[in-house]
Amino acid sequence: MPLLWLFLIVLAIAATAFVLSRSRVLAMSGQDRRTLHSLPNYYGSNAAMKSAIPALLVLVIWLLAQPFYVNNAVSGMIPDSAIADSSSRGLVLAEVRRAADGLDLAVARGEMSEDEARNLRTDFTDVTTRLENAGAIVTSQITQPILRAAQRFRVMNTIGSQIMAVVVLLIALAGAFWAFRETDPVFRARNTVEQGIRALLIAAASIAILTTLGIVLSLVFNTIEFFRLYPASEFFFGTNWAPSFSGRGGASDLGILPLLWGTFYISIVALIVAVPIGLFAAIYLSEYASPRVRAFAKPMLEVLAGIPTIVYGLFALLTVGPLLVEVFGDDGLGWMQSGTAVMTAGLVMGIMLIPFVSSLSDDIINAVPQSMRDGSYGLGATQSETIRQVVLPAALPGIVGAILLAASRAIGETMIVVLGAGAAARLSLNPFEAMTTVTAKIVSQLTGDSDFASPEALVAFALGMTLFVITLGLNIFALYIVRKYREQYE
Amino acid sequence: MTDASMDSAPVKGRLTTVDARTRKRNAAEKRFKAYGLVAILIGLFFLVVLAVSILRSGLPAFTQAEVQVEFTLTQEEFDAAESQMLKTRAYEDLFIAALQGQLEERGLEVAFDPAAIERLLGKTGGTIREFFLENPDRIGTPVTFDLAASSRVDGYFKGRVTRDTVVDSRFLMVSDLDLVDALADAGIITSSFNWNFITGSDSGVDNPGGAGIGVSVIGSFFMMLVVLALSLPIGVAASIYLEEFAPQNWFTDLIEVNISNLAAVPSIVFGILGLAVFIQFMHLPQSAPLVGGLVLTLMTLPTIIISTRASLKSVPPSIREAALGVGASKMQTVFHHVLPLAAPGILTGTIIGLAQALGETAPLLLIGMVGFIARAYPEGVVSGFIDPNSAMPAQIYTWAARADAGFYEKAWGGIIILLIFLLTMNIIAIILRRRFERRW
Repeated sequence: MPLLWLFLIVLAIAATAFVLSRSRVLAMSGQDRRTLHSLPNYYGSNAAMKSAIPALLVLVIWLLAQPFYVNNAVSGMIPDSAIADSSSRGLVLAEVRRAADGLDLAVARGEMSEDEARNLRTDFTDVTTRLENAGAIVTSQITQPILRAAQRFRVMNTIGSQIMAVVVLLIALAGAFWAFRETDPVFRARNTVEQGIRALLIAAASIAILTTLGIVLSLVFNTIEFFRLYPASEFFFGTNWAPSFSGRGGASDLGILPLLWGTFYISIVALIVAVPIGLFAAIYLSEYASPRVRAFAKPMLEVLAGIPTIVYGLFALLTVGPLLVEVFGDDGLGWMQSGTAVMTAGLVMGIMLIPFVSSLSDDIINAVPQSMRDGSYGLGATQSETIRQVVLPAALPGIVGAILLAASRAIGETMIVVLGAGAAARLSLNPFEAMTTVTAKIVSQLTGDSDFASPEALVAFALGMTLFVITLGLNIFALYIVRKYREQYE
Repeated sequence: MTDASMDSAPVKGRLTTVDARTRKRNAAEKRFKAYGLVAILIGLFFLVVLAVSILRSGLPAFTQAEVQVEFTLTQEEFDAAESQMLKTRAYEDLFIAALQGQLEERGLEVAFDPAAIERLLGKTGGTIREFFLENPDRIGTPVTFDLAASSRVDGYFKGRVTRDTVVDSRFLMVSDLDLVDALADAGIITSSFNWNFITGSDSGVDNPGGAGIGVSVIGSFFMMLVVLALSLPIGVAASIYLEEFAPQNWFTDLIEVNISNLAAVPSIVFGILGLAVFIQFMHLPQSAPLVGGLVLTLMTLPTIIISTRASLKSVPPSIREAALGVGASKMQTVFHHVLPLAAPGILTGTIIGLAQALGETAPLLLIGMVGFIARAYPEGVVSGFIDPNSAMPAQIYTWAARADAGFYEKAWGGIIILLIFLLTMNIIAIILRRRFERRW
């Protein structure tokens, strides 16, 4: 693992720089440490920081940039004639990478010498069989252009890594040298180190922005790619969802409406379960319950929120589904065909959302000032009248916000619907029928074997984009309502 | 309200007698209170149902029906078997003879054919031959073999398969159940603790009996290492900046908005991010715990940042002022005084964030942690990070999605193990909070 070694060497250089700079400044100060501007460790830290951080930064950037450069260079080597009609440049490049990996493996196992790996030709040796003998995964016959590209790929990667190692080590040494040179009792080492730490703190805080940026960019680029292959109007207004399973070919119907309908239907069922139960639980806990009941019931309800969704998914598939079939199925009322249905997923999702609604509403009800309650009692209202006519209206915006947050949770929930809702996309009103949702289809379109460049796979990014926009909108709206409400009493 | 005063004007009753209207109001009060109580009871009822169904369906995964046969192979038998064409078949015949002998010893007479044994126990001959080839010194001495019964026999033992539901197939015939009953009466088939489930690896789609969760626990472990190593320093650094240093400007606002939004983004979207950025763009290996850990880090960061900021905020300003007053720089104040005092709160928040990440499934599906059959333990630390592996929740999902009902039991059993981990982590967090919580 040369990368690990490189990393360790850079750290070793930094450590040496730390020790050298620290002892240099101590030697320069003579016996009297009070002549130093900063504590001796700051001089050491300054040197360590200046040698390690720029070097590691260059290392990371190089690692990200090199594959691009190599890919572009290798991609130029493959003539259009080498790309079969049924294939694409991306697939051929993947094949090149696999062949290069195979060559690496063959060399590592000693089945091929390094020279052989660099200069093999398909017309003289059967490379495919030799690579397979070495245990490499080769999906198709390796042709001469692919082999040449793979050889070039290997060579460029090797040389690139070597240059990278040299550059990174030089930067580390240069940084160490620079810091060593400027080490001097009057040098303001603490201020420099603190500025460096501050920069690191800002970088850490910026990761949140980078993550959002990453989400948006990966969704947007792939969505644009999808709309190039499939008309946007048919995606947004199509009422039929029927992707073809061949992987390629334009026979797919990819209309989002049945998926959106399934998503909203299941979320509505979930909210119908969760909102009354959660709200009444919150009212009871905050207004009626004795401290002992509260201390027991509140954490117990919150346990429901801590259970992973995969557990709820299994609960829907294996417990609730069969139970509902027993009651509503052919042996009972005859409304339900199979265990996976809107009702199953909605019910279980509702259970999951109960603690979500109840603890958010609990906080909001508790935030209603006691003076409002006292005023109401003073006019002779009973406790329930006070709650219904004073507390709840005052808390209403917050509660609406909580319900919206719960709705956004329900829309984005994946495991319960993947396991409990079924796979058929339908526009139907019957809650006992299987329907599917946006999230479930993202999973099924991206976990298959289809190639990432096909509209069947890319549609998942468009679905993800829709999901992201809807949940983001709901969250922002909900937070806006909650904030606005809070300001009223502060 | 004028009509209210109209209503209440003709009050004729006395204060000590309860009139109809008061009774109505009191009844409404009771009803309302009852609704609240019922809501809480419904919530608790769901919790109990969930717990009961997890335990009832999951506990059988921890036992396994085993056939114990004492078997002595003489040197002559060994030589004779090795000289035959169908070697494993020869061992199987020897095994059946031994089994029959044991049944007769106990005075039971059951007729059975080799095919039935094969349906019950799989290919026994191969196991036995392998054992004796590896341990030639055991030839001639009695050896006890514990052979796992097939998943259907196992199911029959646990009540999942009954005589009414069995349909003759190449996996199990109704007549085989007589044999199973006889073996059970003789004490040859027993139910024992299934260590393989805890330490073993996933099996193929047609062998639910051999499936274990051990390898995916290791996968989850490596993922959690990545999450811990990245999200704790990054989260703490980000919170320190936002809480202690950030000026009020558009950049700080942008970070704040991003963090609160990321906390509410559906987890599947993080999976899409991981697929597009880490796998398609950076060409990191698919199904690797490293990639899973990176995705979960991004998901956990908002949780850790929010709880770290809360604990930094709870350190009183007087501490900071005292440190600044004796000449510490702002950075020294934070790192020498504020951070150590906030550490228990940060730790608690981190453990809770890790517990959340441990149970998260949806993003793992997209980066290829399903579909992959985790058959072997990673060879070393590096291979643990970058070789394809599964993770606990992904393994549970894989089992739940398989057709054979024998895997459902494994899925529930996996959930018990997952919940044990989560429970332990949460209890540690609660203990830490109780132990070190400080009120200023």
